[in-house]
Formats: sequence, structure tokens, C-alpha cells
Amino acid sequence: MYQFNYQKAGSADEATSAVAAADDGRFLAGGMTLIPTLKQRLAQPSDLVDLADIGDLVGIEDGGDSVTIKAMTRHVDVANSDVVQSKIPALAGLADNIGDPQVRNRGTIGGSVANNDPAADYPAAVLALNATVITNQREIAAESFFDGMFTTVLEEGELITAVRFPVPEKAAYTKFPNPASRYALVGVMVAQTGGETRVAVTGAGQDGVFRASDIESALSGNWSADAAKGVKMSDDGLNTDIHASAEYRAHLISVMASRAVTAAG
Amino acid sequence: MTGTGIGASVKRVEDQRFLTGNGNYTDDINRPGQSHAWILRSPHAHATLNSVDISKAVKAEGVIAVFTGADMAADGVGSIPCGWQIHNKDGSPMMEPGHPPLAHEKVRYVGDQVAIVIAATRDAARDAAELIEVDYGVLPAVVDMDSALAGGTLVHDDVPNNRCFDWEIGEKDAVDEAFAKADHVVSIDLVNNRLIPNAMEPRAAISDFDRSTSQYTLFTTSQNPHVIRLLMGAFVLQIPEHKLRVVAPDVGGGFGSKIFHYAEEAILTWAAAKVHQPIKWTAERSESFATDAHGRDHESHAELALDKSGKFLGLRVATKANIGAYLSTFGSSVPTYLYATLMAGVYTTPAIYAEVQTVFTNTVPVDAYRGAGRPECTYLLERLVTKAARDIGIDPVELRKMNMIQPDQYPYQTPVALQYDCGDSPATFESALKASDYAGFEKRRTDAEKSGKLRGIGISTYIEACGIAPSAVAGALGARAGLYESAQVRVHPTGSVTVYTGTHSHGQGHETTFAQLVSESFGIPIDQIEISHGDTDQVQFGMGTYGSRSLAVGGPAILNACNKVIDKAKKIAAHIMEADVSDIEFADGKFTVAGTDKEMAFAEISLAAYVPHNYPIEEIEPGLDENAFYDPLNFSFPGGAHICEVEIDPETGDVEVISFTAVDDVGRVVNPMIVEGQVHGGLAQGLGQAMLEGCVYDDDGQLLTGSYMDYTMPRADDLPNFSVATQGVMGASNPLEVKGVGEVGAIGSPPAVINAILDALAPLGVDDISMPATSQKVWQAIQESNVRQAAE
Ligand SMILES: Cc1cc2nc3c(=O)[nH]c(=O)nc-3n(C[C@H](O)[C@H](O)[C@H](O)COP(=O)(O)OP(=O)(O)OC[C@H]3O[C@@H](n4cnc5c(N)ncnc54)[C@H](O)[C@@H]3O)c2cc1C
Repeated sequence: MYQFNYQKAGSADEATSAVAAADDGRFLAGGMTLIPTLKQRLAQPSDLVDLADIGDLVGIEDGGDSVTIKAMTRHVDVANSDVVQSKIPALAGLADNIGDPQVRNRGTIGGSVANNDPAADYPAAVLALNATVITNQREIAAESFFDGMFTTVLEEGELITAVRFPVPEKAAYTKFPNPASRYALVGVMVAQTGGETRVAVTGAGQDGVFRASDIESALSGNWSADAAKGVKMSDDGLNTDIHASAEYRAHLISVMASRAVTAAG
Repeated sequence: MTGTGIGASVKRVEDQRFLTGNGNYTDDINRPGQSHAWILRSPHAHATLNSVDISKAVKAEGVIAVFTGADMAADGVGSIPCGWQIHNKDGSPMMEPGHPPLAHEKVRYVGDQVAIVIAATRDAARDAAELIEVDYGVLPAVVDMDSALAGGTLVHDDVPNNRCFDWEIGEKDAVDEAFAKADHVVSIDLVNNRLIPNAMEPRAAISDFDRSTSQYTLFTTSQNPHVIRLLMGAFVLQIPEHKLRVVAPDVGGGFGSKIFHYAEEAILTWAAAKVHQPIKWTAERSESFATDAHGRDHESHAELALDKSGKFLGLRVATKANIGAYLSTFGSSVPTYLYATLMAGVYTTPAIYAEVQTVFTNTVPVDAYRGAGRPECTYLLERLVTKAARDIGIDPVELRKMNMIQPDQYPYQTPVALQYDCGDSPATFESALKASDYAGFEKRRTDAEKSGKLRGIGISTYIEACGIAPSAVAGALGARAGLYESAQVRVHPTGSVTVYTGTHSHGQGHETTFAQLVSESFGIPIDQIEISHGDTDQVQFGMGTYGSRSLAVGGPAILNACNKVIDKAKKIAAHIMEADVSDIEFADGKFTVAGTDKEMAFAEISLAAYVPHNYPIEEIEPGLDENAFYDPLNFSFPGGAHICEVEIDPETGDVEVISFTAVDDVGRVVNPMIVEGQVHGGLAQGLGQAMLEGCVYDDDGQLLTGSYMDYTMPRADDLPNFSVATQGVMGASNPLEVKGVGEVGAIGSPPAVINAILDALAPLGVDDISMPATSQKVWQAIQESNVRQAAE
């Protein structure tokens, strides 16, 4: 690590002002991504502004036809939440399958969504469930939030305060883990919300999470595992690395989608 | 009875401190006035060092000194030596290019040491290292062995074709004859995947120099501190033994990777005398990936000749072994004498010929890793035998049985130098077949099909060689050291005992197992016995721990020293109890006079030895403290059979290991619980190699699997509940009748896994898959066979 100043903010306002005042300030949430990055000297922020003490940024609210998860809510709390389990069990299951217990006890939804790792799990849920990312400045629709791998439309110093998920009729998330990192090699969230079918894929795309429109159209007319499996995904724009070729990833998308449809019922 | 002798599942005494965070690892140690080091490493796989400008770094805050390879060279520091000299087919010795601890003139792999920065804190050292300006003349890198052998780019200018040596063993003519008369010839091409060891504790060192005595001290994460003292002291830094203390305290796993003398040890020790203060260095995990010696990395072509009935007539093997950028301590012996000498396996193959070329590449050195040569050999043989069974249509069980060495054939002279002293492979094989319900497999296969899964079963039978010995034979084969072991058994006045052993425990549980030997011998409970190891100032001498040698070679040394103690104690007892020595008996911790009720406890005799008021002083000296060195008659030869069952999801290629049965013959079992733990650990690494682990460098020599994000370590949920058992024949070449258990799991298991996967995929026409058999590879193999079958 390089030297940096450490500050702890008591409120969201304090946090955003502290970052704005710093030369190169960064929010610190669970630190599960940021701290390893610092340890490897891959980033050199002047200031870290810790969000851990901001009570207003923690919690899960049942809004009837939506569930709002505040940014500093940890994965373990999403996984164990009665509200999430009853309203969007697919989301609770997704959170329960992120990383390992240590990671789930530190990592937060805000940190994960802000980071937009192309193999992270939450982005698939945000996109497939057509969630809204709420910041200290505005509300951003899922569709326009993610902007390529590790990039979002967040402005410098903009703070995610919560993510609001509409409650779907049906949804499920199926993940084929990378054998080493256990992030998604391919993760697929299928959902039907308000009659609309959405299928979001993480882990596979060169530009991060994306909607699989071919599978969406196949499922819109025929919500069945076979319909999903029948779609032969193109490997254009998919990642090839030492763990999986684009071709393999394309194949896994259909398979994971079909299994998700089965799981969603 | 103490209940803590041989055969008892005593809980590991060392675990109390390990599991409660009270271990004393190198990084836990701090010396007064200590400074910290950061090693600047090459980001290039191959480059000339045109200049290394340290002028800014030395002025940086907190910096004490910065040294480069030029400084060490100017000081006459030697080259890091190799411990085993191999000879080429033509009798000439192998190429041994220089290996300067800090690179000089050229860097040869990503991670090669370029400079050391010593500063008040680790961060200050690291900050200053970023100020060093290195002018690298980047050269093309050679990474794969074929390009290296083609010789366009040379890792060492004085090594043509990058070939370290071209070695052979066995009788070529006899093998040619066998092939000429064969009814079947089966051949196979295999890669034994390169592995990164990943000990839990990263390498670390602290060096110190005492100006008043000119004494050097090095704390280091080593499996063999005396070997480091010898190699570094005599060859690299020219420090005599009496001025150099090497301490390997608690060490958190080695698996071979901490046998070798590493550059950092020499750099720190040398620099401590320059800066006159202790220097500490601990590797980051990324440095462990990039600079700990890697394991395996073979490419082989093998052919088996069989007669009509399936009897093996001859075996021919040609192997290329990657040894990385420099020869590491045992890098030359692993792919030769620890590999090809086992090519008979458990079979009576009468003619065997193997040739091995070792190749320098721009990658980190390759050396011993759990099993060292024997997993590579077992994998080759057991894949080949399974392929032979399939190709010629004989049941793989029958083919093995038909060719196995029978118990009455021991001692069995193989055509490749080794003489197996004892064993019973048919018996362990039979037990494994039974324990795995081999006979019931077809039903399980059919059941799996109903749920869309492909089920397969795979076999591996093996024999391996542990406790490499005797020294005279090893010497004749090129070893530059003896391979005996030493022990000192010091009985204290009140009867407690400290044992100094030249082996080193880094997770194996010696403090328990060895104490059990002494408990058995003296009839005292193990809480009165301390096993001390790791400090060259305390322990007389030793060769350390590797190659499953500690109990087989170090154990008898302890036993012999205990017997010397008992012999002397009997003389004391005879004197005090006024009897003839020949009438003194010793059992259950008591000395008795035969035919009388006279007795003295062990502790009474030890007290008499140190308070010699009533003592046979004209006959023997006071004290009860004995030394023994033990050089075994032969290797010991553990063996056994492993059977693996897998289910494959054909849609994703995902492989699940459903069951794994291991029946291992490790000779006498001193602590069954520790033995079981050793087998479990070995199996985890073997299954890791087979299914998950694989080191990947890109064409430029950059390590692509440099962290746990990309290098797949086996985790508990990747593994089934193992079914393990030991059974067999008592060892014949050492008085403890033990054979060694540290490596059997990693040696026997990989081919069982791959054979199981290929059995599952056989109905689809897949006949080869390489390790690690990841889901992507399995899926790919299924696709290719679909395409092939569609074309046919
Ligand atoms: C071993 C390991 C395994 C993992 N496995 C998985 C996995 O399987 N699947 C998966 O999806 N993830 C995985 N993760 C990632 C983890 O789940 C975290 O979600 C992720 O690290 C980011 O969350 P965090 O709270 O730790 O954020 P931090 O690391 O603290 O921050 C990450 C980035 O987001 C910014 N940030 C944080 N909070 C906010 C906010 N409220 N507003 C704006 N910017 C913000 C920070 O400034 C920083 O740039 C794994 C991590 C580890 C270490």
C-alpha cells in the first residue's frame, strides 16, 4: 500500500464532501475489492472515506411491489433477510453464493454495484430485475447504469445510497463459477416482472453484464427450459481467457439460462 | 503401558500451538534493531540488465542501503549450486550455468532478483524500490520446451539448445528386441502439468551478523536448515559452518518448495554483514506464485509392448522436463533418478528404456514438489496401462493383475536400477477393488445415466521410493550430499527426554510421531519427551525432510540412539542393583534383574547417571546422552491402489468426484491418525493436479496464474469423503519397518482421476484429456468427439 489519509464519515453528506475535498478520494465500503487493490499498489488514492459508520446506508425496506436495499447492506444480510427471501428469493440466493463467508460478511451491495466487476453477481440481478440505482444525486435505471467492465455512469464522488428492486413474478439466478476465483464464469438471471421477460448475463461479456435478447425473445413466447436451451448464443463479444473460451461461455449461457428457468418455475 | 507408543492415534501435540495462533514462524520473529528488505524483481522474462541506477533510491526516506548484482559479484559471491550432478548419455556432465543470487548482466524469468532495498520499514523499502531505474534490454522469451530445444533464443549463452542434459537409463537394445517381437504396441503422449506449490506460509527470512563474534544467523522457512547452511555457507558466501547458524523455526508447509536454497537467503545473509543490522524479508503471496520453485512440467511419449495375452514385454519412454531458468537444488535429480527409476511400477516388465532431456526456459526454476518425479512416473504408467487395456480389449483390472509382481518375487530387481525390497501389490489392489465396490460399478453407471450423468471409474496402482538411500548409492548416481540422518537423545537427570533430530517438521507432526517412538522405547509418556529440530546450533547435523524420508531415515537414528541409552542405562542399573548386565531386563520403563523382584525406574537410572555417587565410573562415563547417525540399506517402497469414481455433467463438462478409495501400504504405522491425515493431504494435492491446478505462462513468459483468482487450489468442497486404509507388508530396509506416507496420496491419485474421467467419456469416443481436467476441457473433448462422430 501507498500512504493515504483515512477518514470515517458519520453521514452520507459528510462522506461526499470529504471525497469532494480530497485530491483523489475514494469511498471505502466493505473493502473486499478496494483493499486488495491497494495492497497490490494498483491504486494510489489520497484519501479513503470509510462508510462503515453511516447507519442511514444500512438496511432493507419492503416497499410492497419493490424491495430497497441500502448501499452498505452486506451480502450476508441480504441473504438472510426475511423480506428478500420472501419477495425475491432469487436475490437472497444470489447473495448467499457470493465469495466465501468472510467476503459475505464484509462486502456490500453498493460496493459491488459501483465496482461493476464483469464477473460479479449483483449486476446480473440489477439488470434482469430492472432495478434502480439510487445515488445522492439521482436515480439511475439499470439499463443505463453499467458502462463496460469496471465502469459505471457514476460521476466522480457520486455515492450510491441504495438499490431498488421491483418484485418479479418469477426469477432465478444460476451461476457456473470460475473454478479458481468462484466469481461467475457465466451467471444468468432470468426474471419475469410485470409480464416482461428479462435475462441478464454476467461473467461472459467483454463489456461486462448484458441482456441476452435472443433468450429473452425465446422465453417471452415460451417460458420453458427447452426454449432457453434451444437458443444458440453467438460468441461475439464474449470473453476468452485461460478458464473458458468464448465458445464455451456462449454454450454455458444457454445451459445456465435453462436451469434458471427450471429453478424459477 | 504409556498408551502413547507405536500404533496409538495420539493427538498431535504441536496442533495446540498451531491452532491457537501461538506458532513461532519466521515472520513472527523480530530481532532488536531489525531493518526490512524489499526485493526488486524483473518484470521481464528475459532481458539484459544494461544499467541499474540506484542513485534516487539510496536517498529515499528511511533507506539504509541498496545492493545490486554488481555489488555481490564484486564481492566474490558465488553461484547458487545444484545438489545433484547428472551425466549425459555420452558420459559428459550436465550443463551448470551460473546462478547469481542477485541477477547480474541478465534476468531470466519474471521475478528474478534485481536489487535489494534495505530500509527502516517494509513500505519505505518498497517505495524506494520504485525509484530504482533499470534499463532492461528486453529479449525474446522461450517458454515452451520445443522452442527452447530449437535453440533460437538462449536462456544461458553458454548452454546450446537450452539443453541442461540428455540422460538415459535402462537397456535400449533389450527394449528394441521386445518391441520387435510384440503382438501389440500401445503408445501415449502426455503432459504432466506444471504446478505452483502454494504453501500456506510464504517464504521469509531474517539475517543477522554479530560483529563481536563474526557470527552469521539466518532464520528461514526451510525444510532442511543444515543443507542451507552447507550450500549457502560453503558454495555461495564462503562462510564456514562454525560461523553460520541457520534456524528453520515453525514452517507452515513446504511440499518440497522449501527444500531449496533460495537466492533471498544468500542475499539477506550477505547484506546483514554490510549494514550491520538484522534484515527481515517476507514474500508477498504474489511473490510466492512467481518465485517459489514450481513442480512437475513434463512432456512425454511412451510406448508399451505386449504379447498376445497382454503380458508386458517392454517399455520405452522419452521425456522432456522443464527445469526453468536456473538449476534449482534438486532440479536435476527429480526428472531422472526420482522418476525413470520407477518405470517398472508394480509390473514385471522385463525391458525398460527411458531417456530424459531437461530444458532451460524463461520460467521460474522447477524442482521437487510433493512426490517429485514419482507422480510423473505413476501418471505415465497408469495412463498407458489403462490405454493398453482399452486398445487391446482386456479388462483393466485383469491386465494389471496379469502383469503384477507377486509377493514371492521380492526382493525384485527392476530393469531400471532400483531393487524393490518388499511389497504386495496384488493384496492392496484386491482390497481397493473391494472397498470401492468395483464389481457393482456397472449398476451405478446405469443409474447415473438415468439422471443424465456420465459415470466413470478409474484405477491406479503404484509403487514409489522413499527415503532415498543409501548415501553410497546416491553418491554414485551424482548426489553431492549424503542421505543419512542423525539423532541425539538427551535424557535429563529427572528422566524427561529431549530428542534432537536432523529432520524438520513443517506440518507432518514429527513432534508427535517421533515422541511416540521414544515413548515406546523408554516406556515413558510423550508429555515427558520434547522433539527439537530446525536449529543448526542445537541439532548436531541433519539432511532435513523431503521425499517421505523423516520416519524411514530419521526414525531409525532416533531408535538407535535410544538403544544406546538403554544399553548404557543397563550398565548403570546392573551396578546399582549389583547384578550382571546380562541379567538386566528393560520393559515398560523399568529395569529389572531377571529372576528377582529388584527393579529401578527409568528416572532413577537417569538421576544416577547425572549424580554418579554410586556408579560404575571406571567402566562408563556419567551422563545419559547419545548420538546416532543412520544410513539405510535401501530406499523404502510404499505402494498401493487408488480407485476413483466420477460423474460428469455432459452439458457443462463439470466433473464431480463421487468417491475415492485409497489402500496404501506404508509399512508399520506409528500414528494411524497422522497417517490418515497425510494421505488426505496428498490426495487433495493429487486431485488438485488432476482436476484444478495448472500453471500457465504466456508466450512472453508472463505468469497468467499469479494469484488465487486464476490458479485453482483444491478446496474442501471440491473433494469427496475419502475412503482410506493402510495395509501391507512391514518395511524390510529399516529397523522400524516403516516406509513413508507423505507423498503416496499425491503419487497414486492423479491417474485414477483421469482414468475415471476417460472411462466416463469412453462411450462418447473421447480417449484423451489432459490435466487439469477442467470443465472447459471436458466439454471441449465432448464437442470434438461429437464433431468427429458426425463426420464418420
Ligand atoms: C475472495 C473474494 C471473493 C469474491 N467473490 C465474489 C463473487 O463470487 N461474486 C461477486 O459478485 N463478488 C465477489 N467478490 C467481491 C465482493 O463481493 C464485494 O462485493 C466487492 O468486493 C465490492 O464490495 P465492497 O463492499 O467490498 O466494496 P469496496 O471494496 O469497499 O469498494 C469497491 C469500489 O466501490 C466503491 N464504492 C463502495 N461503495 C460505494 C458506494 N456506496 N457508492 C459509490 N462507490 C462505492 C469504492 O470506492 C471502490 O472503488 C469477492 C471478493 C473477494 C475478496
